[in-house]
Amino acid sequence: MTFYVILEGVISLFLIAGGAFAFIGSLGMAHLRDFYMRLHGPTKATTMGIGCILVGSMCYFGIADNEPVIQEVLIALFLFITAPVSAHLLAKTGLHLRLEYINKTRGRPVELHKEEIGETPVPHGTPEERAPITLEKRSSRH
Amino acid sequence: MLDIALKISLTLVMTALVLNAYRLTVGPSLPDRILALDTMYVNSIALIVLLGLWLNTKTYFEAAVLIAMLGFIGTVAVCKYLLRGDIIE
Repeated sequence: MTFYVILEGVISLFLIAGGAFAFIGSLGMAHLRDFYMRLHGPTKATTMGIGCILVGSMCYFGIADNEPVIQEVLIALFLFITAPVSAHLLAKTGLHLRLEYINKTRGRPVELHKEEIGETPVPHGTPEERAPITLEKRSSRH
Repeated sequence: MLDIALKISLTLVMTALVLNAYRLTVGPSLPDRILALDTMYVNSIALIVLLGLWLNTKTYFEAAVLIAMLGFIGTVAVCKYLLRGDIIE
């Protein structure tokens, strides 16, 4: 009997922790001032929150009801694999669109060239190099 | 005890969804809106799982699996479109 009371307490703890983490992530996304700051909330806190809720559901259906928990494992697997990928793509999109950032946002990306984040103008080469390649040029190259 | 925990958790997740909707409508740029939709589908999965716990059924979990797969594909497609101007090159 006491086992089920303790199990109920553990499930309740997981559910409330999950809801709190999901709420904190969304609050960060609604409140922070910069896209690169806003990216932090959903990618980490919300993923953690839904992980907690899924663990609670696994405890409830798996231990209390003795049912298989394939669906929860699948959801957790998908979310934990895809969350970093989508966050990476969103950050790349933000850098590509050159979104505004406030000065507190640190870290200019080192893996991008300086031209891509707009610190130096894009080099264009001499007018001779930019001209379309004609047949004479091609034959003189070879 | 589980009833009260479910109610608290449902309230928190619903508030999170309202905050997502706020960012979706206000969001100054396109990636903000994509991020809001991405978070919204994660929160809706949490809502579906909590509904399954509330009703003591696992029927709706299939829908949660589908949302988890298709939401990621949608996010990747829109990001790819913004990045490259095309989805499948």
